[in-house]
Amino acid sequence: MRVGIPRTLSFFTYYPLWKTFFECLGADVVVSPVSNKALMDEGVKDTVNDACVPIKLFHGHVAALKDSVDIMFIPRMVSLDNKVTLCPKFLGLPDMVRYSVSGLPELIDLRFDMRKGKHELYNFLFRIGQRFSDNRLKIGQAIWQARGSFVNYRRLLLQGCTPADAFEILDGDRQLPQEKRCGGIKLAVLGYPYTLYDDYVSVKILDKLRHRDVEVVTPEMVAASDMQRMGKTLPKNLFWHYSNRVVWAGLYYLLDMNVDGIIHVTAFGCGPDAMTNKLIELEAKNQRKIPFMTVTIDEHTGEAGVDTRLEAFVDLLRRKRGLL
Amino acid sequence: MKITFPYMGNSHIAISFFLSGLGHEVIYPPVPTKKTLSLGVQYSPEFACLPFKILLGTYLEAVEAGADTIATSGGYGPCRAGYYGELHKRILHDMGFPIRMIVLEPPLKGPLDFYNKLNSLIRPQSSWRHFCRVFKIAWQKLKAMDEIEDKLHQLRPLAFVPREMTIAYEKGLSYIEQAQTLAQVMEASDEALAGMKKVSVDPTRNPLKIGLIGEIYVVLEPSANHDIEKILGEMGVLVHRSIFLTNWTRDNTLVNREKDVRQAAMPYINQLIGGHGQNSAGETVRYAEHGFNGVIQLAPFTCIPEIVAKSIMPAISLDKGIPVMTVFLDEQTGRTGIETRLEAFVDLLQERRRQQEAS
Repeated sequence: MRVGIPRTLSFFTYYPLWKTFFECLGADVVVSPVSNKALMDEGVKDTVNDACVPIKLFHGHVAALKDSVDIMFIPRMVSLDNKVTLCPKFLGLPDMVRYSVSGLPELIDLRFDMRKGKHELYNFLFRIGQRFSDNRLKIGQAIWQARGSFVNYRRLLLQGCTPADAFEILDGDRQLPQEKRCGGIKLAVLGYPYTLYDDYVSVKILDKLRHRDVEVVTPEMVAASDMQRMGKTLPKNLFWHYSNRVVWAGLYYLLDMNVDGIIHVTAFGCGPDAMTNKLIELEAKNQRKIPFMTVTIDEHTGEAGVDTRLEAFVDLLRRKRGLL
Repeated sequence: MKITFPYMGNSHIAISFFLSGLGHEVIYPPVPTKKTLSLGVQYSPEFACLPFKILLGTYLEAVEAGADTIATSGGYGPCRAGYYGELHKRILHDMGFPIRMIVLEPPLKGPLDFYNKLNSLIRPQSSWRHFCRVFKIAWQKLKAMDEIEDKLHQLRPLAFVPREMTIAYEKGLSYIEQAQTLAQVMEASDEALAGMKKVSVDPTRNPLKIGLIGEIYVVLEPSANHDIEKILGEMGVLVHRSIFLTNWTRDNTLVNREKDVRQAAMPYINQLIGGHGQNSAGETVRYAEHGFNGVIQLAPFTCIPEIVAKSIMPAISLDKGIPVMTVFLDEQTGRTGIETRLEAFVDLLQERRRQQEAS
């Protein structure tokens, strides 16, 4: 059986887990192509006009996959930690897709809600596994293997790998690259995994900055314990998992890591980011007065415009440090 | 303590009575105007929704008028509105206004926090006993206002001169505003209803019935939705609003009592998505079952739950055979544009009904 996984949204957080799990159960995992203009255009056609760019792109990925798979994996991601939910668009995602894209194969849209208990991830996987196999032992083994590659994946991300590199390392195609120290400036680039690590959406901001000899750090490189510590410094936290991670990582880099500047990458029409962005902006201003830039990305973002802004921002930071 | 609060629909009548009853000096939040909105837009995040911008605008105007404390409501998502109190506070502080923000969170999430905040509102000017008495009257005022507003929506499309009904209603509102005791509120509401009954109506008319659903603030606040109920009512359409402040507060503050609406939404969206997203889907189903001619969904631009609801709406509309029009509102929305869309929608519904009756 061929299981389709769209290459966006929670893909960047969980792909190795799903992939190992389905493969251990004997299914073929089919992933949609890397985001591109055609997928975006297809998504724009299917989605309500008011949705944000990542949701539109998700619809494009689903449309690209639907004819080549037997079953599509679009779980209802409700809560990834035991406290808060995700953005309401994640909560309603299977419904949005079901009523917007025609000709869909069967969907796996089980609810994943970690607020139900510590072992919910295993229960969730077990419920999916029952669709593929009657053998409880086999499902258990698959869960165990999946857990292993998920733990490895998270460790690689913490070490500073991008998800694309981490996938290759996990497949054994590559070695962990040697740490490249640069003496220049250090920049925190904040954003959701599905905007930062999707090269089409982010117009390769991370690569562009690295080419300019900037040390780039992202929320995925912050340890869970540091995240938790930062969460306690705010009087009231946000209600969305990914947004909280962005705010906490922002605070961590701001207070503990002495970054030279912060760039927040946000998608046009992103609801939670209206709150997240202002919160980080005010914290950056009040805590340490460091430069802060917002890059808003939409389906028309041109690379040249982003290049110019990044160049100007990096020059500004260098001048401030006396490196220019 | 000079206190102000968010402006929403008619609720300011009851809230200001309540706060001044507790002995506070109340800075009346100004009626939101174009100026309020552009003031709010100037200092708000670009993609915050319309209610955020209007509220920030009214706060700024109230602060200019001398307010030093703002009392507002909180929440714990997944709708963004729960964080508005906190972010408004940060923005106002950043602008150099050292206001105090009292954000009342849902009582069951943090009973102690709720008690402390309420207590800080009550003391030192008055007592808990007095608080209960004033609260009862304020609540009664809210209920009376919801009642006469409901009546207005039923009667206005039947009136020979709809404008007269609007005037009678506004007079009724002022009676309720002036009432000071429980008995006076009852009397005022009877008076208001009697005044509205005096306007001559044509009971034989069979007006089109439209259900109004969507996000609570833009549904309840006429300055945000360009008086959509009045425009429709004076076009001779019976508007039924899904949300009234009193029933919403009762159903959502302590325990959730909206089971039947959720049940109706279940086949389409089986998940609580915050705000009124799931309600919008459920209410559309129910309006269709109750023989309404159409549904209008109102939402502020970038409202997350309503976007999810909107993308499901075509399926509900097709299944249940009820036309749905979605209007997203933002600071760029013009009144004429809304009027044109409403006229076209009403024409369509009329034609549809005529064809259904003919066949």
